[in-house]
Amino acid sequence: MLDISDLHVSVDGTEMLRDINLRIGQGETHVLMGPNGSGKSTLLKAVMGFGGYRITAGSIVFKGRDITHIPIHERVHLGIGMMFQHPPAISGLKLGKLLIATSHMGEDSIEALAQSVNMEQFLARDINVGFSGGEMKRSEVLQLKVQQPDFVMLDEPESGVDLENMNLMGREIAGLLEKDVHIINRRRSGLIITHTGYILDYLEADQGHVMISGQIRCHGNAREILRVVKERGYGECLRCKQT
Amino acid sequence: MEHLSPEDQERLALTGLEVGMQNRCGSFFQIDQNVVQTTCGAEGIEMLPIKAALEKYDWMRDYYWNAVPADADKYTKYVAKQETPQGLVVIAHPGVKVAMPLQACLFLRDGPVQHVHNIFIAREESEIHIISGCASSWQKKHGAHIGVTEIYVGKGARVTSTMIHNWNSGISVFPRSATIVEEGGIYLSNYVCMQPVNRVIMYPMARLVGKNAVARFSSIVVATPGSFLDLGSRAILGAEQTSTELISRAITTGGTVISRGHILGEKENTRGHIECKGLILKDGTIHAIPEIEGTLTGTELSHEAAVGKIARHEIEYLMARGLSEDDATATIIRGFLDVKIGGLPEVLQRQIDDAIDKAESGF
Repeated sequence: MLDISDLHVSVDGTEMLRDINLRIGQGETHVLMGPNGSGKSTLLKAVMGFGGYRITAGSIVFKGRDITHIPIHERVHLGIGMMFQHPPAISGLKLGKLLIATSHMGEDSIEALAQSVNMEQFLARDINVGFSGGEMKRSEVLQLKVQQPDFVMLDEPESGVDLENMNLMGREIAGLLEKDVHIINRRRSGLIITHTGYILDYLEADQGHVMISGQIRCHGNAREILRVVKERGYGECLRCKQT
Repeated sequence: MEHLSPEDQERLALTGLEVGMQNRCGSFFQIDQNVVQTTCGAEGIEMLPIKAALEKYDWMRDYYWNAVPADADKYTKYVAKQETPQGLVVIAHPGVKVAMPLQACLFLRDGPVQHVHNIFIAREESEIHIISGCASSWQKKHGAHIGVTEIYVGKGARVTSTMIHNWNSGISVFPRSATIVEEGGIYLSNYVCMQPVNRVIMYPMARLVGKNAVARFSSIVVATPGSFLDLGSRAILGAEQTSTELISRAITTGGTVISRGHILGEKENTRGHIECKGLILKDGTIHAIPEIEGTLTGTELSHEAAVGKIARHEIEYLMARGLSEDDATATIIRGFLDVKIGGLPEVLQRQIDDAIDKAESGF
């Protein structure tokens, strides 16, 4: 589904990512871990196509099409979605209005989806204006539920979410990734950035990757990597790669 | 309306004029210096041309050139010296509440200068909503409109005044208006100007003279290249527990907006806030001048002003939901202009929304 080859990305003239190679097949969920500032969010934003993330080498291919240089919204139309870690507050723009503008769903269907994530009261509110951390995350999940992307990138879905909301988030993200569908028939794929690994309590990941200083240093079983990092920190990943 | 060309009818429709009057309880229509319609279907509300009102009621003299002094400036002097004053008087009798707006339409077609003197009087516990649509003929190249409006909000009364302008690039406009709000009265003023104009210069004022009086001004304007808008609003908190809010949203696509505001808190337990926000879409000028002036410990005044461009990360956020760059930009601008005013009848809010939506396609 997603095929990133030899990708180099610069921000403000500084190389932030180098030699990134990542393949995510149909129906697969991958987890991306790594210390703060290692470039995890940068990778997601580069895949999404945000300005300021200049691709200096390499390519991003999605569903067989080279998307390295196409505009953001065209990537979305091809089936890419993203949950933002820090979505902007936009005054005057109602969440409900945005959902109607960006989908083919009727108001009733949107209302029903909003109820499923306890957001029905927020449809008439300005998007993210005065939302708590958990509310922002639920708003992001709702937008993705409306959008139904084939490939979804989640930037730290656990951050700022209390335990009660974490259950809901875990369940909903599992739903977005069709974890209820048999592996053979599963079409949706995902890439999840996580620091804590809590999300793994709610869904299985097919692969884990560790990013350090703008490079993916290690691939493997997500839980295994998480266990090692918890016990010995990311320094172990660095040492492991060097030997 | 049948005297007007289809182009002019359309221009007037943009200012909220409803020919069929489905959503209006009364209508006043002045073309240049001729009053062509005065009709009112609401019981307890009178709508009269000002000349007729001055003849009918002796006490009108108490309201005539009271809130606005006749010698305030050269424009008021010009209106005051006219032998035949023209304009609209609305009187809402005590306790009469009408949610359906009444419309006043002022149309500049042939004459060089249109002058108007309006007086709106809302007696104790009454409620009226007035929508004033001001426009010029599509063929009109140059001209001026001078409009004096005096508004009196009685005890416990509520008046909303919504003005939508649709001029041409050669027209200069000088509204001169002032409002006096008595105890428990509420005055809401809305101003929308999204179309090209040569100059609009105005600084309407509300004097809150009775306890618990409230005044709220909001304006939504766009300065196209060549337009010069010097706008503001002023509130004098002249009685205890009065409050005010002055809100403005200005966009420039090449023109100039001066966005003024002044609140004077001179009594105990008074509150006021100014919010000016400006968006520079193409090089032009937005100059925000919010002033707050308190003269004793019991007044709380604040202001916030911001001028800038649309944040790139907001556009990209909406693009990440599937909107094209143009649609994302338009959506953010629409949100920026979305100033919801509490207490406005839905049909008026819709009118304001319509005026914005129609202009928005031009960005």
